[in-house]
Amino acid sequence: MKISFTINGTAQSIEIADENTPLLWVVRDILDLKGTKFGCGKAACGACTLHVGGEAVRSCSYAIKFVEGKEVTTIEGLGNEQNPHPVQQAWIEEVVPQCGYCQPGFMMATAALLNKVPNPTDEEIDQNIINVCRCATYYRMRKAIHKAAELQAVMNASTETQTS
Amino acid sequence: MGKSAFGYMFFGFLLMGVVVAMSYPSTKGENLSVLLDNPVEDEAYHKMMDVLMSPRCVNCHPSDNIPKQGDDRHPHYFGMARGENNLGYQATNCTTCHQTENNRYSGVPGAPEWSLAPDKMKWEGLTRNEIARSMLNRQHNGDRSLTELEHHLTEHELVLWAWKPGVDAQGIPREPPPVPLEEYRAAVKEWIENGAIVPED
Repeated sequence: MKISFTINGTAQSIEIADENTPLLWVVRDILDLKGTKFGCGKAACGACTLHVGGEAVRSCSYAIKFVEGKEVTTIEGLGNEQNPHPVQQAWIEEVVPQCGYCQPGFMMATAALLNKVPNPTDEEIDQNIINVCRCATYYRMRKAIHKAAELQAVMNASTETQTS
Repeated sequence: MGKSAFGYMFFGFLLMGVVVAMSYPSTKGENLSVLLDNPVEDEAYHKMMDVLMSPRCVNCHPSDNIPKQGDDRHPHYFGMARGENNLGYQATNCTTCHQTENNRYSGVPGAPEWSLAPDKMKWEGLTRNEIARSMLNRQHNGDRSLTELEHHLTEHELVLWAWKPGVDAQGIPREPPPVPLEEYRAAVKEWIENGAIVPED
């Protein structure tokens, strides 16, 4: 069957035999976007987190048929080296990753959180960022999340000034 | 038959009538919890409640705001809880993992309108009669009439998910409720048609 959607701002159509194929498989193996990681395949670890329609989802447990007509954002579409997203910038400044494998999922989950809660408390971070990091970088991630909130607030203020 | 015997019989029937009238609800068809002086062995009622007491139903009617999982009814992994709208937290909520149908690869269950039952529909830890009374109370049942309650219990896709619960994370089929769907539907209908009587504890 044919599935059409937008990924990182680009329209995309794919032909796929099994409409229940996980979105993660399509992103990594068909679209060759390797930033999103496979961890558990059970929607438990969060390594595969990306955005569909601006909402964080576990792409290992999200059938490709559900993205029809929707907008998908992966870590590659969040920002890049020249123009990093505030979350990516904060991650760099706080030197968060150790092995790094789970970090794209954490950053996507954090970006989704900051869209809903621009200045989250520690409790809100604990409630919403429930991915798993085997290197236990949680302490550095918490600092980075608060830093990202600050950077995003500055960026938003700057954008408002430019548009007013 | 003598006049006195006839009088005793007449009085007896009259007394029985009064007892029966007092025992059954004068508000049949209304959406009220009904208490009887004696337990009613109502097969349809118990069949319905056997279903509603099963983990497939009660796991999402928690009394502590924490959804339960599995037949052992353990707290939902990852610290998930009710949140403000019965859908979890702001950015990590039910639909982060649960979609509108079961995912056979990950074992994550799903159905349309996947969510916790509202705060007023806490069933966990209640007896079957307490659950039934809560279910009939419009203050607790989403202001549903008996007709609406019957529809919810027998037609709502999220409720019917219980009979198609999919497989778990290990690929093992989840246990459906102990009564087949059509038998359950007939039991709900019969119970409601007979006045939605809840036995006293």
